[in-house]
Amino acid sequence: MEPAEKIFETRELNVNMGPQHPATHGVLRLVLDIDGETIVNVTPHVGYLHRGIEKLGESLSYFQGLPLTDRMDYVSAMSNNIGYCVAVEKLYGIEAPERAKFIRTIVGEVSRISNHLLWLATHALDIGAMTVFLYCFREREWLLDLFEMISGARLTVTYPRIGGVRNDVSQEFLDSLWKFTDEFPSRILEYETLIDQNRIWLLRTKGIGVISAEEAVSWGMTGPTLRGSGVSYDIRKHMPYDAYDKVEFEVPIGTEGDTYDRYRCRMLEMRQSNNIIRQLIEKLPPGPVMAEDPKFTMPPKDKMYPITHPEKDLAYFILEKACKGCGMCLRACPAKAITGEKKAPHKINQALCVNCASCLVTCKFKSVTVVAGGKGLSEEKLAELAVAPDQLPEDIKQAQQYLTRQFEFVKKGPKVPEGEIYVATEVPKGELGFYFVSDGSAKPSRMRVRAPSFIHAGCLPRLCEGHLIADVISVIGTIDIVLGECDR
Amino acid sequence: MNIADIITPAQVDALIQFGITLVIIIAKIVVVLAIGLLHVAYATWFERKVIGHMQVRLGPMRVGYHGLLQPFADGIKLFFKEDIIPAKADKAMFYLAPVIFMAASMVNLSVIPYSRNFVIADINIGLLFIFAFAGIGVYGIFISGWASNSKYAFLGGLRSSAQVISYEIAMGLSLVGVMMMAGSLKISDIVKAQEASVFGMYAIPQFVAFIVFSISALAETNRTPFDMPEAESELVAGYFTEYSSFRFALFFLGEYIAMIIMASIASVCFLGGWTLPWYITNYVPFINYVPGFVWFLMKVYAFIFFYYWIRATVPRYRYDQLMKIGWKILIPVALANIVVTGLIKIIITTLKGA
Repeated sequence: MEPAEKIFETRELNVNMGPQHPATHGVLRLVLDIDGETIVNVTPHVGYLHRGIEKLGESLSYFQGLPLTDRMDYVSAMSNNIGYCVAVEKLYGIEAPERAKFIRTIVGEVSRISNHLLWLATHALDIGAMTVFLYCFREREWLLDLFEMISGARLTVTYPRIGGVRNDVSQEFLDSLWKFTDEFPSRILEYETLIDQNRIWLLRTKGIGVISAEEAVSWGMTGPTLRGSGVSYDIRKHMPYDAYDKVEFEVPIGTEGDTYDRYRCRMLEMRQSNNIIRQLIEKLPPGPVMAEDPKFTMPPKDKMYPITHPEKDLAYFILEKACKGCGMCLRACPAKAITGEKKAPHKINQALCVNCASCLVTCKFKSVTVVAGGKGLSEEKLAELAVAPDQLPEDIKQAQQYLTRQFEFVKKGPKVPEGEIYVATEVPKGELGFYFVSDGSAKPSRMRVRAPSFIHAGCLPRLCEGHLIADVISVIGTIDIVLGECDR
Repeated sequence: MNIADIITPAQVDALIQFGITLVIIIAKIVVVLAIGLLHVAYATWFERKVIGHMQVRLGPMRVGYHGLLQPFADGIKLFFKEDIIPAKADKAMFYLAPVIFMAASMVNLSVIPYSRNFVIADINIGLLFIFAFAGIGVYGIFISGWASNSKYAFLGGLRSSAQVISYEIAMGLSLVGVMMMAGSLKISDIVKAQEASVFGMYAIPQFVAFIVFSISALAETNRTPFDMPEAESELVAGYFTEYSSFRFALFFLGEYIAMIIMASIASVCFLGGWTLPWYITNYVPFINYVPGFVWFLMKVYAFIFFYYWIRATVPRYRYDQLMKIGWKILIPVALANIVVTGLIKIIITTLKGA
């Protein structure tokens, strides 16, 4: 008798998984060619979340480009921010103060733990362990609350700055984080009791998506995905940035290169991160949290307070003689306190003025001045007390200079030396690299992001070879991709 | 013509008797269906609460006291949803599948003895009847997968029918031991035999069969860790991916009824149904005043709780692993159990005869 294949026409079934599918973590689309339940071929399609972040970065100054990085890997936005800041700092040639470096390392590791928690949650949920999902979210919530405490945002934090961090951390934050690190190891044990030695979990993860060390390197894998194959490559250890050279930690590596080893690597990494945070909190040095560089950093806000603090006893006044009525200040005033016809002297309505100093910085004819102790005085009295801007007291003049610098900084950004730079940092998902080409202007001429998720998504066909449909799910989980970063 | 010429008084009496029996049967059916459906509704609530508390959350809390009215809210929502039928679906089959599925599992409610004298149809082949209808339920699954004309539903239907058919064998074989011990397929006889036995319930002498049955029951009703057909992360929702509105609700109902049926079989075949073992009743005499259905229901709830507990604990098997467990472990173990039970039975009868 003839074999069945010759009697019946058989062909592979073509199944479209995604872009809307519960297990593809966002908008990954996989086209599966399946023979029964066995995978013949997997074709990943990316780009459904493309927002042109690299191109957007080229139209913004380096300082303005920072919030874009939050939107790449929204699961661990803090790490992306740090990667961007470290890269731009190197380009500028400045260095963050010691305390800022420590704080950045702390929040970077917090971000790593929160990312790995989300990875474990979704990975376990995909394989069917639903309880782990909710346990992980319980801890992640704590970490997101900590982020909210320091930056006001839970996901898109934009907390690190080029040259430091936005604000110092409070004692309350450190106490809460310390308490977290006390409890977290026992929580990891809790997840592990559910899955680590579970026979079903072992059956589902051991020997799935195996990739050898050489192959993993040549596919460009990085991070825990690579370390699972037994390659000890961790930028934090081998090219330390921030405060990683001041802490002791191990780089956990696997042996088999399968899903289970990658899972173990990440679990051990969470413990190491916990350790790093504890060491850093203990060693946290005092000092400023923002570098002070006359060119590349924004001047500290308190330096401008002599003229911008809304509670200060001062008043802004337009000198009638000097005012040409150009209308620049009128347009710049955010409180709409300035009135006046074109080519006629303008007036400031003192009741509406918020002491923002916009008019002071905008005026080209030095007609706007500050009257110290002029709060609540009448128009005539102010005219009597007002002096020309160059005769103002020294502290006000200095504040005015700082203010002008800030205006320049925000509106145009500092000019950057010509050249190109590639700086990589270890984010939870792997190596996140920023490549900048500078043409000497304030904006990058080319910004390129090496996103680990994109490269790992490319490995999917290799990892899924010869497995079953159910294994595709565990493989997607094990490479830990976020499509926001993959598509950018 | 006189009416007495056509029908004799004795026949009239017989007719009246028949009418009364009919009314009683209908009343029984109504009661069983009403209580059965109420149980389905609250099985979902119970599930969400149990799993919720196991997962450090609360489960439904908003509708009614502690979410007690949630099942009704869900039902109403499903009822008023838009009924979507895929354009290329096989319409007649698409309509038929959920009805077959639910009817096949609902019919089984009729042969389960809930209490000493409360059963709709105490037929001689009760267990066989349940297996037969579980087999028909597979048609519902398969037809829905085929008629939806969707690849996900198709794969889900294939997986599910293969799974249910395979595990039916293991489940049937595991119950053979019970039948041999009781010497009957009639469910009420099985319960009575348990009451009279030394152990009071067959879960003790037939513990191997009980374990095999519990595992196959999970697979038979598509529950975690064998929820392959509706593995959300793989096949979206399996064979009922394309179903919405009340047709989806029918599948849902059928599934939960099947779960309750399985728990009932475990209760009557292994845990002694409405009876309690003699070693409990002898020492706590006042317990005899508690009506039998209370014990029956408590056993059913315990088994259902066990289902939920497993769902909150373990991950999901892969399709090939699941088949391997069914064919390579459960079926041989169940067969071995039959052989051992038979041998012991022969030895005991020989000893008794001697």
